Amino acid sequence: MAPRLTVAKTVVKFVRMKPLGAAGAAIILAMMVVAASTQVLAPYDPYHADYGVQFARPSAEHWFGTDEFGRDLMSRIIYGARIALFVGFTASFAGCTIGALLGVTSAYLGGKVDLFLERLMDILLAFPQLILALAIASILGPAIQNVVIAISIPIIPRAARVVRSTALSVKENVYVEAVQALGASRRRVVLQHILPNVMAPYIIILTAQLGAAILAEAALSYLGLGAAEPTPSWGLMLSGSALSYAEKAPWIPIFPGVAISLGVFGFNLFGDSLRDALDPKLRGR
Amino acid sequence: MRIYIAKRLLLIVPTLLGAATLVFLIMRVIPGDVALLIIGGDAGHVDPRQLAAMRERLGLDQPLLVQFGTWLWGVLRFDFGTSLWTGQPVVEELLIRLPLSLELAVLATLVSVVIAIPLGMLAAVRQDTWVDYVIRVVSIGGLAIPGFWVGILCILGLVIFFGWGPPLEFTPPWVDPWANLSQLIWPVLTVGYRYSAVTTRMTRSTLLEVMREDYIRTAWAKGLAERAIVIRHALKNSMLPVITLIGTEFAFLIGGLVVTETVFTLNGVGRFVVDAVAHRDYPVVQALIFLIAFSFVIVNLLVDLTYAWFDPRIRYR
Repeated sequence: MAPRLTVAKTVVKFVRMKPLGAAGAAIILAMMVVAASTQVLAPYDPYHADYGVQFARPSAEHWFGTDEFGRDLMSRIIYGARIALFVGFTASFAGCTIGALLGVTSAYLGGKVDLFLERLMDILLAFPQLILALAIASILGPAIQNVVIAISIPIIPRAARVVRSTALSVKENVYVEAVQALGASRRRVVLQHILPNVMAPYIIILTAQLGAAILAEAALSYLGLGAAEPTPSWGLMLSGSALSYAEKAPWIPIFPGVAISLGVFGFNLFGDSLRDALDPKLRGR
Repeated sequence: MRIYIAKRLLLIVPTLLGAATLVFLIMRVIPGDVALLIIGGDAGHVDPRQLAAMRERLGLDQPLLVQFGTWLWGVLRFDFGTSLWTGQPVVEELLIRLPLSLELAVLATLVSVVIAIPLGMLAAVRQDTWVDYVIRVVSIGGLAIPGFWVGILCILGLVIFFGWGPPLEFTPPWVDPWANLSQLIWPVLTVGYRYSAVTTRMTRSTLLEVMREDYIRTAWAKGLAERAIVIRHALKNSMLPVITLIGTEFAFLIGGLVVTETVFTLNGVGRFVVDAVAHRDYPVVQALIFLIAFSFVIVNLLVDLTYAWFDPRIRYR
């Protein structure tokens, strides 16, 4: 009898076989823990401006220093994790899921529906991801929920394209024909047979877009199109000219950037290893 | 081959039309009156005649379809209207800023190709060794580290350690190549870092796949030196996806230009977009977004055609 594969055993196997991916997962988990325990971890209120300690250097009272309003930088970065994770997860999840559903529908129904949806996706794909997000965000106005919408929309056609091609080949499988011959409803075929088999590309593009979504939020907030003051978004903290802070308070641009890089780094490492594991062609020697 | 080219060219026409429609619709779906936003409105006290005049000036009093038609007709004649902020024709404003962005794009691509392809090769040939891991981590870093943060760090370093001040005006390379280079080197490296990261990874994975092919195995069996195998046989076959990648990464290049030009306060097309959005300069935003989409579609088309030219199997599908 083969030994039972428990959750613990799978985790250990993953860590051993893909140490980089495990490191990525650890970073993500750390971020999630930080985001969940902001009340406990943040020493100060991230919105509280203390004009007595503007531009304070990193010290025992303020581990990361303070910004131009005297707000504690470390607290703002801790709260910023929430925003990064929220936008990252929501935007990529929404975009990929909607895209995947559209892709499967397009592939399964074929004909005019497929043609129409493909044209629509082509039009959306005519725009680079950040540019489209920028245009949408500029219309909707600076707010967190608008950023999520703006970032998720460019993701939809990209996910749809990937899932559609896999769904097309899944559709050709004999078991689909068999189950249809047995009288399965279209809904049943899609939900129970096609969807489960497109999970691999879906997960791959989901993890790929997670990091991209966080970066996009940072870029949009930096340009003033995303989160608005005084929200502690990491990208927003980087805005305002680095030139004006360079000599006075170089820590202001440094710490948020480190946070963003670390977060996206973790997601990319994890996503890469996941893709390697799911795609049998890419396994190393 | 010609039939393939013709087919693809025909296909992009509806796509471009759709993109133009999308851009136009996005700009018109604004919650709120554009004219009102531009006039400013004095806490709700707006002169109705001013408002009407502004609306007429913007052409907003026409039905939507007429507005679209007018704009589209203008686009076809390269007339994108007048900037609401500067009062100059959009095309003029664009042409002033285009050389800088183009130069930035070309140089960044060059830098990344020169660095990335050898690095990717090295990582593939020494897979799973320390060399490979270091290169992989550095290139994942290039993807994770926000491009604009790299620029910010560059500026930080330059200001703190060298007392550098940002140049005020763009010197074209034919006027003074040295000044031009010193202005652009840091933005180029900033944009190029991310670009080369992606290219490195792609080169590495493609080369890995190619190295597993049977004809490579034959070369090994024949006793060819590693260098001959990699350079003469494997590399050529793995260049194709890399070329297409360079084309598709063009999108990120544009995005990178937008943020990098903002960070370095360069007067290029990217920053033009951001400024126009901030000023609610809708004719400019509309024109630029459409032009970006247009060039993106063209680049993708060229990439597809290049791919088809190299790989005859694509043409006959």
